[in-house]
Amino acid sequence: MRFFQHFGGYLLFLSTVFSKPEKWKILWKQIIIEANNIGVGSFNIISLISGFTGAVSTIQIGYQLVSGLVPEYLIGRIVRDSNILEFSPTITCLVLAGKVGSNISSEIGTMKVTEQVDALEIMGVNSSSYVALAKIIAGFFTIPALVVYAMMLSLVGGAISGHLSGIISVEYFVKGLRSDFEAYSVIFCMVKAFTFAFLITSVSSYQGYRTEGGALEVGESSTKAVVYSCMAIIFFDYIISQLMLFR
Amino acid sequence: MIEVKNINKTFGEKHVLKNISASFENGKCNFIIGASGGGKSVLMKCMVGLLTPETGEITFDKRDFVSMDYYQKKDVRKEIGMLFQGTALFDSLNVEDNVAFPLRMFTNWSEEEIIERVNFCLSRVNLSNVNKLFPSNISGGQKKRVGIARAIALQPKYLFCDEPNSGLDPLTSRVIDYLIKEITEEYDICTIINTHDMKSLFEIGDNIAFIYQGQKWWEGNKEGIRDSGNEEFLSFMIASEF
Ligand SMILES: Nc1ncnc2c1ncn2[C@@H]1O[C@H](COP(=O)(O)OP(=O)(O)OP(=O)(O)O)[C@@H](O)[C@H]1O
Ligand SMILES: [Mg+2]
Repeated sequence: MRFFQHFGGYLLFLSTVFSKPEKWKILWKQIIIEANNIGVGSFNIISLISGFTGAVSTIQIGYQLVSGLVPEYLIGRIVRDSNILEFSPTITCLVLAGKVGSNISSEIGTMKVTEQVDALEIMGVNSSSYVALAKIIAGFFTIPALVVYAMMLSLVGGAISGHLSGIISVEYFVKGLRSDFEAYSVIFCMVKAFTFAFLITSVSSYQGYRTEGGALEVGESSTKAVVYSCMAIIFFDYIISQLMLFR
Repeated sequence: MIEVKNINKTFGEKHVLKNISASFENGKCNFIIGASGGGKSVLMKCMVGLLTPETGEITFDKRDFVSMDYYQKKDVRKEIGMLFQGTALFDSLNVEDNVAFPLRMFTNWSEEEIIERVNFCLSRVNLSNVNKLFPSNISGGQKKRVGIARAIALQPKYLFCDEPNSGLDPLTSRVIDYLIKEITEEYDICTIINTHDMKSLFEIGDNIAFIYQGQKWWEGNKEGIRDSGNEEFLSFMIASEF
């Protein structure tokens, strides 16, 4: 029951967020600021995480394929596919759900409990749109960009760790990367990235916006924002994989 | 002219406003006074539509506010300036941008005109050299004054002040009082002030409504206070040493 209440509330929230903004110029300025916060602000952590994810996946797959019966370059191929299909979009977005999601919801939550949202309403501004729209749009473009970057870096990380640990040479690794490459997997990855980006920013904005009370509730709703965005990501990961990989 | 009729507001079991009716005139400083927790802020929030009362009518110059749809309400709200009890300044914006916010949102003025208006509003509340500071870096009293500057930036027709001078020193309080009085009379604004500050009531109060435990106990003007004969009201006044 509670779920449907929240889901309905979420849809209503979105319907007020996506209305014509008061001033396009102000929205544009906000988008630039938010893109900087979300995108540039998460660059370092995404670099670190994607590089190491790629590195670890090479080692793990190398460890499982030591038999000598399969050609070495297959390691590169499996690393490529697992990173493009799953690790880069999903892990990146789970990390961003933690970083960006909690940030968004505590910012909006604080505005809510200190009556800044009320002040917007009194002025005649559509408050939900003012506080959330720019974040959702900025996230929708910067998060997939981060995923593309993560995808590339994870493959670089994979090549480096393969070389350093002596599992596979860079040359073979690249051969693996290029064998039977299907652009469809990148499309799949991007569909996931755009979906997750929307989920993270919109779910967190919703959680922030329905905060009521004080500092304690702001903390609570930012925790909820992270938990619910992660759950939504995992759920849609399953749905999209089912729909796009096994049609 | 703002009129409220038979307003009832409950939070769960708690009946906060009980059948409140009152009218607030243009060009006058209309005071709502009463003890802490009496429901003053809630009444004000009902009047501007932040809270929806269970029953009652609210009219802004004969326009029925409660029955309006979102867009009609929005148009009325552009004529409302409000100073919140906790100031509600945007903490991601500096003082200048805070005051400029409604101007940027709702006018097509050039940046120079906007800054000029901002500086004018800030000078009216006796603030200078704080334009680039953020709300977290100015004092509570300064925040109040920035809040007033923001509320009057668009020359509102209705001005709501929730405790405009709590937390201010006596001198600044009087400055704020007279500022409110001045702009109220100059632009014929319907001003409503929530306060427990009896000094400012006696300085600038025109009409007074006394709210006690969610009910309106007395309404009148300054002259009528002493012979109001209302016990609760008189003891409230005596406690505030007048
Ligand atoms: N959102 C809310 N939920 C539940 N109860 C509330 C809410 N807002 C206010 N109240 C209750 O309504 C009553 C009146 O509160 P209000 O803020 O109007 O008091 P006030 O007269 O403005 O007091 P003060 O002078 O201290 O500002 C209080 O008892 C408060 O507990
Ligand atoms: Mg109050």
